[in-house]
Amino acid sequence: MPRQTQGKDAMPDATASDAERLVPRTGTRRRFIKGGAAAVAGLGALRAGPARGAEREIKIGYVSPRTGPLAGFGEADEFILAGLEQAFKDGVAIGGKRHPIKLLVKDSQSNPNRAAEVASDLILNGKIDLMLVASTPETTNPVADQCELNEMPCVSSIAPWQPWFFGRGGDPAKGFKWTYHFFWGLEDIIGVFTDLWQTVPTNKKVGALWPNDGDGRAWGDPERGFAPALKKLGFEMVDPGFFKPLLDDFSAQITAFKNAKVEIVTGVLIPPDFTTFWTQARQQGFRPKAVTVGKALLFPRSVEALGAIGEGLTTEVWWSPNHPFKSSLTGASARDLAAAYTNATKKQWTQPMGFIHALFEVAFDALSRSGKAGDREALREAIKATTKKTIVGDISWAKGPVGNVAKTPLVGGQWGKGKQFAYDLTIVNNKRAPFIPTSGTLRGMV
Amino acid sequence: MDWMNAVIQGVLLGGLYALFAAGLSLVFGIMRVVNLAHGDFIILAAFLSVVVVGVTGLGPFLSLVIVVPLMGGLGYAVQRGLLARTLDRGVLPPLLVTFGLSVIIQNLLLQIFSADDRRLDAGGISTASIGIAGQLAIGWFPVVVFLAGVLAIAGLQILFTRTALGRAFRATADDQETVRLMGIDNRHTYGLAVAIAFGIVALAGVCLGIRTTFSPDIGPGRLLVAFETVVIGGLGSLWGTLMGGVILGIAHTIGAKLDPAYRELTGHLVFLLVLLARPQGLFAKPVRET
Repeated sequence: MPRQTQGKDAMPDATASDAERLVPRTGTRRRFIKGGAAAVAGLGALRAGPARGAEREIKIGYVSPRTGPLAGFGEADEFILAGLEQAFKDGVAIGGKRHPIKLLVKDSQSNPNRAAEVASDLILNGKIDLMLVASTPETTNPVADQCELNEMPCVSSIAPWQPWFFGRGGDPAKGFKWTYHFFWGLEDIIGVFTDLWQTVPTNKKVGALWPNDGDGRAWGDPERGFAPALKKLGFEMVDPGFFKPLLDDFSAQITAFKNAKVEIVTGVLIPPDFTTFWTQARQQGFRPKAVTVGKALLFPRSVEALGAIGEGLTTEVWWSPNHPFKSSLTGASARDLAAAYTNATKKQWTQPMGFIHALFEVAFDALSRSGKAGDREALREAIKATTKKTIVGDISWAKGPVGNVAKTPLVGGQWGKGKQFAYDLTIVNNKRAPFIPTSGTLRGMV
Repeated sequence: MDWMNAVIQGVLLGGLYALFAAGLSLVFGIMRVVNLAHGDFIILAAFLSVVVVGVTGLGPFLSLVIVVPLMGGLGYAVQRGLLARTLDRGVLPPLLVTFGLSVIIQNLLLQIFSADDRRLDAGGISTASIGIAGQLAIGWFPVVVFLAGVLAIAGLQILFTRTALGRAFRATADDQETVRLMGIDNRHTYGLAVAIAFGIVALAGVCLGIRTTFSPDIGPGRLLVAFETVVIGGLGSLWGTLMGGVILGIAHTIGAKLDPAYRELTGHLVFLLVLLARPQGLFAKPVRET
């Protein structure tokens, strides 16, 4: 079982699933605890005898991409999980009883099939009580599908809600029964991008780069994507057409943009594609006034890799150290969390960090309100009733665009020369979430 | 003017494709082995250059002085230590071994360098522009890459036709049994061939790393283009590889000019047409039946 995080005092490799299989799930026989709370619970057990020793262990499954093309999303996982182990060391109080918590962590290897496989393994063999899953529809969707199928409560994040909901065949009238999601949606990113563009004087001609992948097709959809929204706001979109990701040459797109006198460029690109495009644009003398793309500019390292031409690029910001939120588990502010990460790893903060932490905040909160350990229906109702202030903002499924979806705020940011690292992301537009302070104004591109 | 631009950009792109394909072509031409890890070795070379640049402070171009011999040595070792053991066991074992190498390299790079995007910073040249006429402008760096492709191919050609080593390569490719009777150690010859192929892989890796960002997982994406280039140009023909790259490059840019979605399609169509009309490739020498 690769990459399994266990409690500090975990028994050396009497793996959870093996041990669990010997014990009926809701059996009367109580088991000695091995998890993080073993120290506390263990003492009690010694005094009172094993029969009344400790409460049933609560197992939380967590699936994320740690290796493969999406590994950037899972990069901070280890740090976040280590912090949580500390926060979970006393377990969770459910219905007046303290239950130790155990995390079972699996790598999706950036592969949807593998994600489904480890999810079903966690549910059937790991005997988890709750599933958490993060990062891109390629991870969240197969895992959520498995959970829906096996009636396992599931909370997911870090994937725009439309691909998560509609991509799984969700019907807004019915919704899903076991799976819940929090993040922003396409309407937010369109809003943030256009808010950014309206603050710079341009001819309102937008060149679009849509790759032929899940994101590209959703953003470039002629009916539900960027096109109709831009038209409404008076922007004109120049869309040369879908292209296959990992492209070596963007001269056709650049020529089309030049001919149409495009001044704004947008798209949702993987980092190598954006670098190729942006380098070639310079080589071929194409200089737009604003370049706002999703995905490629998410991670500081990707912008750093661009070199000097990363200056002034704009992107969406879903979490930053400047977000005025704090963790309900540790009390740490967004800034504290980012600083601790840099301290521990010498690396710059990344946006997924906050949301991965928040997943466990939601989990802990729902568990503590669920009333009875091991009651999946009760846990599901507790998740549904969540209203929690987390490190990514307020999370509540009561007012989502569709049931099962809770929205988090989105703002616009710009990359510029940094102090400690090569580039820093500054929030320059908060029109859609004024409670998140800006720390600068949009600078024109040089 | 736009069409002209598409053709020029296509030719330059062809240089890059030829550079990607030259190593593959060489290994296939001499040993009849398709190296499925070819793309991953290109990325490995790019990462090696990152390390060399980091340690020595040399620029990415100068890092080639260290990266090329390193990759060459690695190539020799891979051939003698791994591939040689699979050569006389049919088609499948070398394929499986190189496929395994591909997986191993990707995960090793991920372990060592994480999933972060990297780039080799060559300074101003990577974005420097040459204005030709009106709207038409090309980049300095694509020109450099194209020239590197041409020089690599020309160098190989000279090596093959003018030197004793080249004769040994050709002889070994033709008949390794007879070559041994003539006192040539075919295992060593194979090793040297792969070493040279890996030297070119190093050049391709550094060019790729300057051109765009790379991460451990993007190697396999380069394999298909390299493979098509080799097949269009003709198996075992070095100039053919260059021409194959240029033809594929132009097909891609012309296709993309019509609609970016047609880019791959036109490339594949040209590939298919060549396979139908001249299965041995456009520039392959006539095959002698033995």
